[in-house]
Amino acid sequence: MSLLLKNISLPLEAFTLEMDVEIRGRVTAVFGPSGAGKTSLLDLIAGLHHAPSAFIQLDDRVLTDTVKGFFVPTHQRGIGYVPQDLALFPHLSVRQNLLYGRKPAGAADRLFSFDHVIEILEIQPLVSRGVTELSGGEKQRVALARALLASPRLLLLDEPLASLDAPLKAKIIPYLTRIRDEFHIPMLCVTHDRSEALALADEIIVLVNGQVLQTGPVLDVFNRPASADVAAIAGVETLQAGVITNSHEGLATVKIHDTILTALAPATGAREVFVCIRGEDVILQRDAAGASSVRNRLPARVAALRPEGALVRVELDAGFPLFALVTRPACAELALREGEPVTALIKTPAIHLVPR
Amino acid sequence: MTLEEWQIVWFTAWVSALSTLVILPFGLALAWALARRDWPGKSIVETLVSLPLVMPPVATGLILLKLFGRRGAIGGFLHDRLNFDVIFTWRAVLLALSVMSLPLLVRSARVAFEEVNPRLEQIARTLGSGGWRVFFTITAPLAARGIVAGMILAFARALGEFGATIMVAGNIPGKTSTLSLTIFQDVQIGQDSSAFRLLGVSVVLAFVAVWFSEFLLRRKRKTK
Repeated sequence: MSLLLKNISLPLEAFTLEMDVEIRGRVTAVFGPSGAGKTSLLDLIAGLHHAPSAFIQLDDRVLTDTVKGFFVPTHQRGIGYVPQDLALFPHLSVRQNLLYGRKPAGAADRLFSFDHVIEILEIQPLVSRGVTELSGGEKQRVALARALLASPRLLLLDEPLASLDAPLKAKIIPYLTRIRDEFHIPMLCVTHDRSEALALADEIIVLVNGQVLQTGPVLDVFNRPASADVAAIAGVETLQAGVITNSHEGLATVKIHDTILTALAPATGAREVFVCIRGEDVILQRDAAGASSVRNRLPARVAALRPEGALVRVELDAGFPLFALVTRPACAELALREGEPVTALIKTPAIHLVPR
Repeated sequence: MTLEEWQIVWFTAWVSALSTLVILPFGLALAWALARRDWPGKSIVETLVSLPLVMPPVATGLILLKLFGRRGAIGGFLHDRLNFDVIFTWRAVLLALSVMSLPLLVRSARVAFEEVNPRLEQIARTLGSGGWRVFFTITAPLAARGIVAGMILAFARALGEFGATIMVAGNIPGKTSTLSLTIFQDVQIGQDSSAFRLLGVSVVLAFVAVWFSEFLLRRKRKTK
């Protein structure tokens, strides 16, 4: 699959959505905060919006070319779209919804049979019901099935998990990965949730205020944000301004206030940097004793403890605010309490430096 | 009830029903265009359509008379080229009823269309439906209650039309006499018993129309 989005320029209320990317991933996440222009991008690809400037090509088929005044209408694009509110037709039954866009059995461009889709998404028991009798997760599956039955060549998903609570999310994710693996349909998935992007996507496009800030494999982007903006929205817990005082053999010595850290030197020779450290990369230890390979051992004091589900977010004062994510049992075992001293261990490669 | 009275009731009922049917395609198209599209002159058209609702019906009738008379812009063309007369025929009654009841249909249908979530129509398009199919499978069924209510209102308005009708169609017995015109005339010439019989028929017709619309709305609600 290749989705080419060139010379995109779409003025929105607060900013202009601009884009020039080629998407090749099986599942690509468009990742960004709410109001970044993500839904407008999906509408544009589906042909629901006209942009003053756009060139959109899916595989070898040009869908939009504003220079030549060429525009394939939405109903001829073969692009499935599951919007955030799912848009199930309230006056039709589940079966009628599913059959609405279905390709007839003999059609050359039919990709999957009704029974296969129903089986994979486990919809059989729902088929004879009315749409209003479905739960949130069931509606989600019916909307996905309806889109698949139209045999799309690309599936657009707008925040597929946003409206679901955590246990339901965990139930829907396997269905989405099944669609990805069973039907081999390329998906473009809009999300503002880091765990959602990690669970589903291979590639990621970071979109903020209509601008693409970074593209690449998901883990690369989350672990090595290209800028402080990406770091901030990709959910890196600690983000501090620092100064590189010394660089030697690929290792940089960084100073944050009076604290000294060792990190991998950035490719550019910048001295002024943002220091990004993910919470799960910070290890806590009660006593400073014991040799280990960890280069950064920071004496710190527990400033605050905030439970977050199975995890506890520990705010440390290590000369600068440093956040660590530890499990509840670990927190109990270390008997962490506010005001108590701990040692924070951070491996050198886990400290990511972004030029300011 | 005399045979003549029955004929008047029958004529009024079918010409009212016909006017509702005649304005239906045009009224729905206009309501849809007002609800879903932005176009130059939209506010002017919007106002023009609603004018018969607020203007004295007799004034609307006078405009129609001038437009469709043999020397009028439209009527002259129809008479000279097609040898087709409107004024003082049953067609004039149809014209008056249609113009007078159109705003009620358009307003009701427009609100109904506006209440249909455009996202549903857009997603129907991504599922391979072109504009007409989206309209008939998504928009119209979801707006059905408002459309039906508008049709009943339009029909009821047509049944009771007086001012515009008497201007363009006159009150020609056996040709253009409707319920309202006859009741007025009967009272004028002192035939109160005939007026009261026709009054009774009016009440029954109005009752059936309203009851039928309520019945439709109730059934719609149940199937939801």
